[in-house]
Amino acid sequence: MGRTLAEKVWDDHVVRRAEGEPDLLFIDLHLLHEVTSPQAFDGLRKAGRTVRRTDLTLATEDHNTPTLDIDKPIADPVSRAQLETLRKNCAEFGVRLHPLGDVEQGVVHVVGPQLGLTQPGTTVVCGDSHTSTHGAFGALAFGIGTSQVEHVLATQTLPLAPFKTMAITVEGELPESVTAKDLILAIIAKIGTGGGQGYVIEYRGPAIEKLSMEARMTVCNMSIEAGARAGMIAPDETTFAYLEGRPHAPQGADWDAAVAYWRTLRSDDDAVFDREVVIDASELAPFVTWGTNPGQGAPLSESVPDPASFEDASESYAAEKALEYMGLTAGQPLRDIKVDTVFVGSCTNGRIEDLRSAASVLSGRAVADGVRMLVVPGSVRVALQAVEEGLDKVFTAAGAEWRHAGCSMCLGMNPDQLGPGERSASTSNRNFEGRQGKGGRTHLVSPQVAAATAVLGHLASPADLSDAAVSTPVGA
Amino acid sequence: MEAFTTHTGRAVPLRRSNVDTDQIIPAHWLKKVTRDGFEDGLFEAWRKDPEFVLNKAEHKGGTVLVAGPDFGTGSSREHAVWALQNYGFKAVISSRFADIFRGNSLKNGLLTVVLPQETVDRLWKLVEADPTAEVTVDLVERQVRAEGITADFELDENARWRLLEGWTTSASPSGRRRRSPRTRRVARPSSPAPWRSDPRFSLYRAGLARCAAGPRTGGASAC
Repeated sequence: MGRTLAEKVWDDHVVRRAEGEPDLLFIDLHLLHEVTSPQAFDGLRKAGRTVRRTDLTLATEDHNTPTLDIDKPIADPVSRAQLETLRKNCAEFGVRLHPLGDVEQGVVHVVGPQLGLTQPGTTVVCGDSHTSTHGAFGALAFGIGTSQVEHVLATQTLPLAPFKTMAITVEGELPESVTAKDLILAIIAKIGTGGGQGYVIEYRGPAIEKLSMEARMTVCNMSIEAGARAGMIAPDETTFAYLEGRPHAPQGADWDAAVAYWRTLRSDDDAVFDREVVIDASELAPFVTWGTNPGQGAPLSESVPDPASFEDASESYAAEKALEYMGLTAGQPLRDIKVDTVFVGSCTNGRIEDLRSAASVLSGRAVADGVRMLVVPGSVRVALQAVEEGLDKVFTAAGAEWRHAGCSMCLGMNPDQLGPGERSASTSNRNFEGRQGKGGRTHLVSPQVAAATAVLGHLASPADLSDAAVSTPVGA
Repeated sequence: MEAFTTHTGRAVPLRRSNVDTDQIIPAHWLKKVTRDGFEDGLFEAWRKDPEFVLNKAEHKGGTVLVAGPDFGTGSSREHAVWALQNYGFKAVISSRFADIFRGNSLKNGLLTVVLPQETVDRLWKLVEADPTAEVTVDLVERQVRAEGITADFELDENARWRLLEGWTTSASPSGRRRRSPRTRRVARPSSPAPWRSDPRFSLYRAGLARCAAGPRTGGASAC
């Protein structure tokens, strides 16, 4: 019987297999950030261990970093201490670090791919659940806890429990107004936040093959929001074109050999998946969340659902609690929901294509009165590229705030937060209670919807703007 | 890590599904660089509500958390496990846990027990009617027992053995380095090729080394 892509990558990394024990896998790339690593380095220190493979380990600062005044000392002493701890640990253990102010600094899941470190067929781990992002390259990539971070630092291996395989085939073609973010939000709403539990998902089908690398990263990024262990997409010409010429990508004859290897990384035709889900891309529309978990979403054209309409008692109760927290009432059209904040950024939607997408909607328009819009590039490189293309000018001319790179308002560990009761349209990945600030309310959206929402002040898609363009010229 | 064999204590009914890690321990607590001192951050937002179950006098001192489905979704933060343990919980019962949270819990000796939702419902009813009712989580017998309730649960043998022995998989100093007596090594593939240490190429060499060695576990290779 043939093997799936995930099984091939897994099998290629087993360094020890014993009956009744989890397989021990070799890890090709270990990414670190300041939040989930300090206790792991402490463990190494106490045990007198070193970092086994510093050449396969890379750290960046992202969660705590401010997006304003980055040339000044970090105001929050606790954040500053955590970043200083990472710097100290990296210096002591010889780990390469891209700190705040470095040209390669940025959100860890934006930095790995843009450096060409994330490659097909590799195993990638990070103490961060959104490590699933890297699966877009056909890598087996997953988030790990701090105990596992310590284990990988010490041994460059990880014992891992077996997984099940799921194929999500996206047939047809995405309508022009529908983005990768809408697609993944629709998938999560369909299979649920626990639907992927225990599975490595492989996204496939014509609609997936047509996606750019950055769009694929958006899809794989939110696999964890469906509860999956990882998300993957088989590498193809799009993948190779993205990687070619990047700082860590192979060159010359090495490149040709690598591509030959990468081409073998596909699920065999006779491979059997434990579960198969089929989605018709042509039926999709811009999608937004109304609740407090990423599975509580609906097409923008619909209304806030009635909790009583859910068959499952626990889902019904969860919807009731969610509407209470979100301050919404059943039957209210989603388009009528007014926001005070719009956030464009994060490891989900903080890449150059996302910024281009938001800028194209904002160009020649203005952010509505009373709405604060933050645009936070995923990395310094993304920011530089955006400036080169003049996107920063589009954002600032529209009245948005152009900030420095980092995780920012996705989780509000830095000063970029929602206040109690404030409501955002956010291109990030989680709409959990208080995620973006205590008492804050989050609607997950695509960059296009975020930009249209900023212009109109309520949840909206670019299609809603046809008249608004006339009434809200630049500077209005 | 402390060994876990069996635990008996009062239970706390948490009638919520999708209890995500941001609820268990909000992000601003993650700035701490230790593994302890997270107890006050546990369910911080919900604890502001006097009606929240942890604030009710009759549930004070509970050590077994009985939660709705999809407990621990979201972030990989191990701080969620530390917060539950720092607060005093020894076990969490739910019909479904998020994978990363489950893995983290078992590595730290917090026993996460999967039981069918109907059993969870019965436990909720029992402890809501009588908050002093004791619940036993018996890892030796793989069984949860309470008045009128006996429910077997599954846990893979390796994870169970590690918990019973207090054997951590992490490289922390408490990990005793010896092999499980119940397992037998069945295969030992050659260790990965000595890759170039130049970080510019090592990742790429990894792929080439595997390619040159051919597939390890069957299947065709076009390398």
